[in-house]
Amino acid sequence: MASLKDVKTKIGGVKKTSQITSAMNMVAAARLRGAQQKMEDFRPYTEKFNQAMTNLSANMESGQFPLMEIREVQTVEIVIITSDRGLCGSFNANILKAAEKLMVRYEAEGKKVSLVCVGKKGNAYFKKRGTVRKAYTDIMGSFQMFNARSIAQDIAANFLAAESDKVHVIYGKFQSVAVQRPEVEVLLPVQPEASGSDEAAETGAAAGDYIYEPSPTEIMDVLLPLYMNVMIYHAMLETGASEHAARMTAMDNATRACRDMIHDLTLLYNKARQAGITAELMDIVGGAEALKG
Amino acid sequence: MAEKITLEVVTPKGAIVSDDVDIVTAPGFAGEFGVLANHAPFLSTIKVGTLRYKKDGSEVELMISGGFCEVSNNKITFLVESAEHGHEIDVDRALRAKERAEKRLLQTLEKQDKFDRTRAEAALQRAMARLKIAQRQQ
Repeated sequence: MASLKDVKTKIGGVKKTSQITSAMNMVAAARLRGAQQKMEDFRPYTEKFNQAMTNLSANMESGQFPLMEIREVQTVEIVIITSDRGLCGSFNANILKAAEKLMVRYEAEGKKVSLVCVGKKGNAYFKKRGTVRKAYTDIMGSFQMFNARSIAQDIAANFLAAESDKVHVIYGKFQSVAVQRPEVEVLLPVQPEASGSDEAAETGAAAGDYIYEPSPTEIMDVLLPLYMNVMIYHAMLETGASEHAARMTAMDNATRACRDMIHDLTLLYNKARQAGITAELMDIVGGAEALKG
Repeated sequence: MAEKITLEVVTPKGAIVSDDVDIVTAPGFAGEFGVLANHAPFLSTIKVGTLRYKKDGSEVELMISGGFCEVSNNKITFLVESAEHGHEIDVDRALRAKERAEKRLLQTLEKQDKFDRTRAEAALQRAMARLKIAQRQQ
């Protein structure tokens, strides 16, 4: 049986760990609120933006814009958005697994895959495979539109240079505080959503009467890169919120596990203490008996 | 009062303005344009500059940076990268930004870097627009 002192040090250690994990839990909760707020603030923008996009693309042929051009796919680019930090459960692992699955699928079809990693974790994982074209690390802490813009510009340039023919983006979708799952979306070529066909048809019919300034084509030229910004920024925000939510749950679990461990260890400690006392008593009683004799 | 039009200014940081107003004036692609109630459907890109709207006789000015705007169903929506009320503008910061942008513009002129140059120009435009509104507010 472990000695009294050993058990006591162990209890102390576990207690300290639980303090750290519960502090991290609280920090994650506070950050999550901030991230969620940002996400909610951004939502009206995305909604209006998509509306305008569908509106505009309804009466336009997609072939005339290089960013909408559908080519035969030879190289697929995957943009993987992960967090910069660990200790958030299986959150990053899930995204990486989904990314790897997608990669394997494309490679099985004989297509080349190149990666763009946003966030340290994805880069650390895929670095050794040597397919990372570009990595953006240490930008997940503060969400800035210009970060998203430089990423979008780079991806668009790569696509326009025909270095990639299709671009996917993988991020951690924030469904609720308890549920985050990896989500795969097609970024390029741009395909305006045809969702809600009734609504789209309605707005599409109205779109003919619009006055455009400058011409629809020129507006589209401005809108398409913006659309990519919006998509990437959105994905980054979602990943950020998911990360904090995942960390919150993970740290909560860790704190609980610590508490269980302390309970077990305290039990062990008391048992060891009692065994010690019993042994001493036996000694004393034994000694006394011997003297009497 | 006459009929009103619903104005919405939306940025990535949320909706800045959501109000029923009398008239909206904004810097469009082809120059300043005004929109009154029941305007025909309209879609235009927006330049950096001043967005003005009048409501019950009082006028409000906003600094907006690039984006686009849509008019439909008696509603005008601006989707811009940033929007600030006149009183929110940090004059010192704008002044610093202006100096910085000017310096960078000079540098890029020497180096002939087109990408950096457009960026510096955009920054300068934003700073100027901010200062213009801030000065009028005082």
